[in-house]
Amino acid sequence: MYEMDWSSIPGALPFLWKGMVLSLELTLVAVAAGIVWGTLLAIMRLSPLKPLAVFAAGYVSLFRSVPLVMVLLWFFLIVPQLLRTVLGLGPNTDTRFASALVGFSLFEAAYYSEIMRAGIQSVSKGQVSAASALGMTFAQTMRYVVLPQAFRNMVPLLLTQAIILFQDTSLVYVSALSDFFGNAYRVGDRDGRLVELLLFAGAVYFVLCYAASWAVRRFERRIAV
Amino acid sequence: MISIRNVSKRYGEFQVLSNCSTEVKKGEVIVVCGPSGSGKSTLIKCVNGLEPFQQGEIVVDGTSVGAPETNLPRLRAKVGMVFQHFELFPHMTVLENVGIAQVKVLRRGAEEARARSLKLLERVGLQEQAHKHPGQLSGGQQQRVAIARALALDPICMLFDEPTSALDPEMINEVLDVMVQLAKDGMTMLVVTHEMGFAKKVAHRVIFMDRGQIVEDAQQADFFGAPRSERAQLFLSKILHH
Repeated sequence: MYEMDWSSIPGALPFLWKGMVLSLELTLVAVAAGIVWGTLLAIMRLSPLKPLAVFAAGYVSLFRSVPLVMVLLWFFLIVPQLLRTVLGLGPNTDTRFASALVGFSLFEAAYYSEIMRAGIQSVSKGQVSAASALGMTFAQTMRYVVLPQAFRNMVPLLLTQAIILFQDTSLVYVSALSDFFGNAYRVGDRDGRLVELLLFAGAVYFVLCYAASWAVRRFERRIAV
Repeated sequence: MISIRNVSKRYGEFQVLSNCSTEVKKGEVIVVCGPSGSGKSTLIKCVNGLEPFQQGEIVVDGTSVGAPETNLPRLRAKVGMVFQHFELFPHMTVLENVGIAQVKVLRRGAEEARARSLKLLERVGLQEQAHKHPGQLSGGQQQRVAIARALALDPICMLFDEPTSALDPEMINEVLDVMVQLAKDGMTMLVVTHEMGFAKKVAHRVIFMDRGQIVEDAQQADFFGAPRSERAQLFLSKILHH
């Protein structure tokens, strides 16, 4: 029978905390970038300009049809080269964080774009007519009338997607980045206590995400009134 | 001011408008009526380009609506429109609803726009509601805000698309009163409505439409006195009997 031994966790907490900070940073930046780029994609997809609509539709289908791990690996392999060439960085600069950020943002934008597209379509046609009748251009109609209402309608879904994204950040272990999960794995590996550390990491993810989902549900009920 | 010449529109096989022509002079008030599905709403939405049409021409204040080179937003800013379902922006206060296009479309300063908005809200009797959201107002109040919002751009004419059809009966008059006042002030108006009392009171001409055609286009007194077409007679006998 396997004997559980949790003693390596307390000493590793500062190291695990550092990983958690990186995971949260990654989540926040990818959520922000994903929402901005996703919103632009949604607008392109719904715009009357055919080439933009086709591009956005293709982009979304592509990223929704490949596993996130693979996207992260591609960017892990491509982005460092690119950044070094473009910015003239030395070979010792650590670009793993940047490449993970780019990979996540581009990938999540595909999901956020679908959420925003639904949000934009949830705003009635009459609102668009009213804005047009007041002389607003397509861009002004989007900016002042449609998007504020679309965001408000979609806040719960956007937050839920952010919780999923937070869990997905654990996949950056493929690029040996020191996120929370990666650090937990490393401590467990070092001390021969992998089972305990992975159980602990899982419990932390569960508590955080469950609490966040609960908060979103409460928020949803409040704005529904 | 508005000239509609031989306008036709199809949705696929369905002919919504066929060969509609009329003229609206400055200061004229014209009521457009007819059974539902007769194309009257579609016709006035063609006037500010909200609905495209395939044939014919509409010229508003010297600008052809259907021409590809026409700057539609600029044209629409000169033509006020009021919708059946008000379409106020629910995320803005009443004051912001009336002010937004003044600032973003006409590029008025914030202070000037605010002063103008408050004045218009006073005109429709709602200055006290300026800081509420549309959801807190009754239907009649919302429609009066919508009229103020359209007037805020100093339009050269106003289009009304069944402005009282979505209202509870007790609120219809407060909206019609505002419209009557507007007509008396000399505004050019094209009004789709079933309110024949309003038509009798202020309309110069009445246009009767059926199945996408302008069946009758007559002086108000002539229309109510002796409608020429059988379809208009039938329509009038149906809606005036109660």
